[in-house]
Amino acid sequence: MTPVQVQGEVLSVKQAGAYLSMTVVASGVAEQARPGQFVAVAVGGDESAMLLRRAFSIYQVAQRGVYGGTVEFVFSVAGKGTAWLAGRRPHDVVDIVGPLGRPFALPKEPARCVLVGGGYGAAPLFGLADALRKIGCRVDVVLGAATSDRLFGALDAKRMAASVAFTTDDGSYGEQGRVSDVLPEVIERTNAEVIYACGPMAMLEAVTRVGSEAYGGAGIPVRVAVEESMACGVGVCMTCVLPVIGDDGVTRMTRSCVDGPVFAGDRIRWDSLGAVPADALGAAVMAAH
Amino acid sequence: MADVVIRPIGDGEPVAADVDMSTSLGRLDVPDPVFTASGCAAAGRELAPFNDLSAIGGVVTKSIQVEPRSGRPTPRMAETPSGMLNSIGLQGPGIEAFLDKDLRWLADNDVRAAVSIAGGSVDEFARLAGRLRGQPVALIEVNISCPNVEDRGQVFACDPRAAAAVVAAVKRNAPTGVPVFAKLSPDVTDIVSIATSCVEAGADGLSLINTTLGIAIDTATMRPTLAGITGGLSGPAIRPLAVRCVWQVHAALPDVPLMGIGGIRTGHDAFEFVLAGASAVQVGTVIFHDPSAPSRISAELRAVLAARGFARLRDAIGLAHRPPALRVPEDADPPGDEEPEPEPVRREVRFEEAQT
Repeated sequence: MTPVQVQGEVLSVKQAGAYLSMTVVASGVAEQARPGQFVAVAVGGDESAMLLRRAFSIYQVAQRGVYGGTVEFVFSVAGKGTAWLAGRRPHDVVDIVGPLGRPFALPKEPARCVLVGGGYGAAPLFGLADALRKIGCRVDVVLGAATSDRLFGALDAKRMAASVAFTTDDGSYGEQGRVSDVLPEVIERTNAEVIYACGPMAMLEAVTRVGSEAYGGAGIPVRVAVEESMACGVGVCMTCVLPVIGDDGVTRMTRSCVDGPVFAGDRIRWDSLGAVPADALGAAVMAAH
Repeated sequence: MADVVIRPIGDGEPVAADVDMSTSLGRLDVPDPVFTASGCAAAGRELAPFNDLSAIGGVVTKSIQVEPRSGRPTPRMAETPSGMLNSIGLQGPGIEAFLDKDLRWLADNDVRAAVSIAGGSVDEFARLAGRLRGQPVALIEVNISCPNVEDRGQVFACDPRAAAAVVAAVKRNAPTGVPVFAKLSPDVTDIVSIATSCVEAGADGLSLINTTLGIAIDTATMRPTLAGITGGLSGPAIRPLAVRCVWQVHAALPDVPLMGIGGIRTGHDAFEFVLAGASAVQVGTVIFHDPSAPSRISAELRAVLAARGFARLRDAIGLAHRPPALRVPEDADPPGDEEPEPEPVRREVRFEEAQT
């Protein structure tokens, strides 16, 4: 898989609850993309004063007619860059690089999977659910958000999952509370063997903890797609790092764009996010300088 | 340089692509003047899907240190108008892992490697330079914008004597024949005096400029945006500052090859640095915006030169320093034999006053 940079024609910008979804013709991106990967989008046009790309996980891809594949991603207007994106109209062109990052690893044998999404972080889980079902996996879904309009993909989830549980912080839809409150029950009920999650970091940490405590502490694997702030998306800027434990047991400040965004939940040093653990590779040298 | 005929041709016109883009950086001749800037291309590999890295001048690697370094906590980056602040803290694998993996990849893929080295003491710089002997290195760039642990954290690049000591130590230990460039910080009172010190200490050339220090404050949290508080400002926001530094150093040291760095986004921007006196350019922050930028800017610079009638990049280096010429249109009649103009008739001008 080799990422490509394309000048993609916007097909649509649609409201999706509190979010927006943009569909772009992105030949080469769509054909290669796998669930969990993302695109990095330039914002502001040719003379933009905003130099950093905005990274969005891929919601879905499609092959369409003579134009080649299309890519759809979901975003929320959080600043000037996303406001510019929200102002694009059909036939406008956006500069997209993708597909980027490591996708979700699929089970080698059919397994019972619980997919947990927070807010529009749920976007990559639907492509994942498709891929899992194709190889014979059972898929159950838990979606959570602060409020009902911030639940993303409720209809998709109901269509494709064996069961769906919803939570909202304010109780405006589903159970009042967090996804991690209902997850233990879902694991028990479905006899789950693996958890996939995408959403805010605090949610991913809580889901990882629930996974490790499942079945009386025996635990089940949790794969999380992290949301770290990125500048380039392609692995050159060293901005999107987080402390991750490697196969050799050594913690390194690891790029979420090329070594992630999907990690095994138990490899992330959740207690040290935003910091450099003292035992991380090369941390002692920093203290000396 | 004085013989060059400069044709003011519009950029929109069709251009011949046969411009000799080769340039010299001390004893290193390269076929193209565009390099990636240190810290903006990792060690090159990640940009291979977007650029033919063997066709551009080369890759200046992220600064390599003796030991692996974790870098600083996050957030490490803040977007600013036409620029960004970074506080990465020179995260890197250390020289040994770099030689085993990164430098080998560059050599295997025929990419010219300009290795940036950084140390906390003169001795560390010397050890790094020595370790590069026998390695496939095209050029060594000395990142002297580091705190000197032996001098209360004073940055080498801000003190002419400390900068010279580092350059001299690197030159003594570096592989023979590999040019050594010192990369200067703009955060000094007189960049020419630092440049002169480095050249007197043996630098074969200079890279101008490193980032300039800035701070961004998050008005929501009411705290500095970066975990490291201060960060290096880069991108088009600093381009005039960088062009000024290249201009001043080229004016003072016209025979010293310079690499121009700072906010280059297009071939026109690169041309600006060449005109100011740069023999080559490095593109950095723009890569975050456009990973294809190195190849694109190389092609754009070629077109800019062709459109102005240059057969060779070398003929444009420092050209903006020439004295302003009296412009005489080519089709003007020779002076002296014009018909005398009739005496103009002056009339009284009358105004219709505006109603108030």
